[in-house]
Amino acid sequence: MRRERLSVVANEQVGAYTLLRVKRGGIDPGAPGQFFMLEAPGRLLPRPMSLCFAPVGELVFLIDAIGPGTKALCALDAGDRLHVLGPLGNGFRLDVGQPLLVGGGIGIAPLPYLSEALGRPPAVLGFRSARHAEAAVLLADAQVCVEPTLVTDLIEPGPDILACGPEPMLAAIRELAPEAQLAWEAPMACGFGACYGCAVEIGGVLKRLCVEGPVLNAA
Amino acid sequence: MLLNASGCLDALTAPAVARSLDGFVTKTVTPLPRDGNAPVRIVETEVGMLNSIGLANPGIDRFVTRDLPQLDKLGIPLWVSVGGFEADDYADSCLRLDDLAEVAAIELNVSCPNVEAPAENATQIVAAARLATRKPLWAKLSPAVPDVGEVARAAQAAGADGLSLVNTVRGLALDRRTLRPALGPGHGGLSGPALKPVALAAVAACYEATGMPIVGMGGVQTGLDALELIAAGAKHVALGTVLFSDPDAPARVRAELYDAAAERGWESYDDARGVAHEELLSRGATATRHVA
Repeated sequence: MRRERLSVVANEQVGAYTLLRVKRGGIDPGAPGQFFMLEAPGRLLPRPMSLCFAPVGELVFLIDAIGPGTKALCALDAGDRLHVLGPLGNGFRLDVGQPLLVGGGIGIAPLPYLSEALGRPPAVLGFRSARHAEAAVLLADAQVCVEPTLVTDLIEPGPDILACGPEPMLAAIRELAPEAQLAWEAPMACGFGACYGCAVEIGGVLKRLCVEGPVLNAA
Repeated sequence: MLLNASGCLDALTAPAVARSLDGFVTKTVTPLPRDGNAPVRIVETEVGMLNSIGLANPGIDRFVTRDLPQLDKLGIPLWVSVGGFEADDYADSCLRLDDLAEVAAIELNVSCPNVEAPAENATQIVAAARLATRKPLWAKLSPAVPDVGEVARAAQAAGADGLSLVNTVRGLALDRRTLRPALGPGHGGLSGPALKPVALAAVAACYEATGMPIVGMGGVQTGLDALELIAAGAKHVALGTVLFSDPDAPARVRAELYDAAAERGWESYDDARGVAHEELLSRGATATRHVA
């Protein structure tokens, strides 16, 4: 892991979300599903964000401005600088035969980078409103649904599922596909195993998501 | 000496960070393994953070057989933080560690705000641990008592070699939408910048009360924060919450500490130790006279 102060290239609105583009500096973009800790201006703790895209010379993050930290990140202007630490954690395994990407809400964040790495496999995306669903533009040709339709209504048995989304969605996918790779989310203070804050109970066992995940096998 | 605060660094997942310190203090080890508290375990507040990890650890047996040999390979002094639910727990763990050359010192965590407090007080725990080991014993105290200096004197009399000041203090954060506790277990321990004035006061009080070596910690973000703790009486300084946001903090804080001492005319930051004291004493005396 490496920590650098990077410059903001642009902050772009994508439906209800914000695409934060920063210059890459000397930081490795890592594997799809890995994440970075982004300094949130004016806040004590950085915020964990998975990488959405890795265009040449840039790191791009998709952010949902839901709290003071994410709002501060979405308010950054071109030229502003922020500390970025990463890449962190374990990403998706790419040795899958018939990949299907499944994303729910802001959980689509790591999927564009993952899609590139896998040669643009099919994808199913679910959102809670049409405005949120505008972010589907980030993943060309994805099948999109809006609540009350759920992604699990559209998934057929068979493919190797790689998913990221809210906990109820991941739990439902685990029931359908015990072999799925699921990217989980939890509040974390550090991102590198120090704080023990990101422990989540999965299958009755507490796991530190930052070092054991965030991508874990469903079963 | 620059250390980490117990529970604020895992030297096995971030060995480079541990090596940038002068010593590594382990997460608190208890006699039996503990999963820790139910999530949510951390929450940021306006002026700090709350944690309620609840002493998650592998237990003393696995710590000694599995973790300690790996930690020893880091090549830096190891301080083992020991916790428990009765004085015998501390004594048993100290006995396990007593013969192990890898262990430079033992910190007695008698002040975790996230688990039920031991039945015995700090003095009884220190006394029990003292009988069990010849290792240097540092008592980690809570500042959330009426007179921390008195607790420090009692720990000294019971055989402690030094003090670690301060542990987090109990706090509560509410989810601002639902107005329910934000942390899974309800309360948590407050750390970060909000804790610094509390730490300074506790370090000053215990330095005055005992003159013992003190590891000062609580809200240190910069070298100047560290120098303030030294001026209040700390001999060493530990970094806590700052490590979460800045794993490069040890080198930065160390450089800033040297600079801050030099800017004030001291050759070494050691020379600043306790300088806040005389003034604190004389002002305290003045205030007392005034009231009288």
